[in-house]
Amino acid sequence: MHSFGHRANAVATFAVTILAAMCFAASFSDNFNSATPTASVKILNINWFQKEANGNDEVSMTLNISADLSSLFTWNTKQVFVFVAAEYETAQNALNQVSLWDGIIPAKEHAKFLIHTTNKYRFIDQGSNLKGKDFNLTMHWHIMPKTGKMFADKIVMTGYRLPEQYR
Amino acid sequence: MGFVGDTVESIRSMQIRQVVSQIISLGEARYRNRPLVFAFEGDILFLHMSKEPIRTGEIVVFNVDGREIPIVHRVIKVHERQDTAEVDILTKGDNNFGDDRLLYAQGQLWLQQHHIMGRAVGYLPYVGWVTIIMTEKPIIKYLLIGALGLLVITSKE
Repeated sequence: MHSFGHRANAVATFAVTILAAMCFAASFSDNFNSATPTASVKILNINWFQKEANGNDEVSMTLNISADLSSLFTWNTKQVFVFVAAEYETAQNALNQVSLWDGIIPAKEHAKFLIHTTNKYRFIDQGSNLKGKDFNLTMHWHIMPKTGKMFADKIVMTGYRLPEQYR
Repeated sequence: MGFVGDTVESIRSMQIRQVVSQIISLGEARYRNRPLVFAFEGDILFLHMSKEPIRTGEIVVFNVDGREIPIVHRVIKVHERQDTAEVDILTKGDNNFGDDRLLYAQGQLWLQQHHIMGRAVGYLPYVGWVTIIMTEKPIIKYLLIGALGLLVITSKE
């Protein structure tokens, strides 16, 4: 029990155990972070709204996306992935979620932002159901830890509506 | 050495079984094309598959026909049917310019629920290198197992 090999093994095992415990504690401490994020999305313009040759509606819009996600960052935060998705229902689909824009926030200093952009990903329906469609814009964030559990949450913003006619 | 010595003794006896079960039960991020910005080769990704429906933003693991290494990407579009609750899913690597349709099978535009093997829920960096090294240089694996075997045989309990 006292050979070099036994002692080296004991030290290594103990070290790995302590490391695992520290990683777990670091991750667990994220549960105590009470975050107060804010977000708002404004549709500045509907650039165009057409039915494509394959029968699916598509709309292009320009958005102002602003948020303050700095309270989400802890010392165990590697980066935050944020995206804005349009969510709506149709007769065929109980739920449609279409990501319109996403970004990566690498540090707390960049977590308060205002982005002026057209939709990064195409807003295409399955079918032709978008005329006059009411929809939500939801800002989701996924917190990537340095180690441990990933947290995710969202803010739902309601009250958006697409035009009654193509343009 | 008292308490510490006793703890170490009990842990050491579980060591071999722990290492083996760790390799088996965890999903391991051993891909080479860096699909996620925050995870790299050698990191361990914890996977979990619950009955909850797939939603945008989730990081999912899926296999494409003909590819041996599963892909770990984020869901950017979901269309869920009214009656059957079947879903059409589109994924994209955070670091990629375009979505994954180039990776899907010929003519395939969407993934379905049955393509998804799990969701990523947590993350341990660097720990996976041990297994990668043991796989790429089998001699190290044999040396390690041999050394562990020697220690077990020569212990006095």
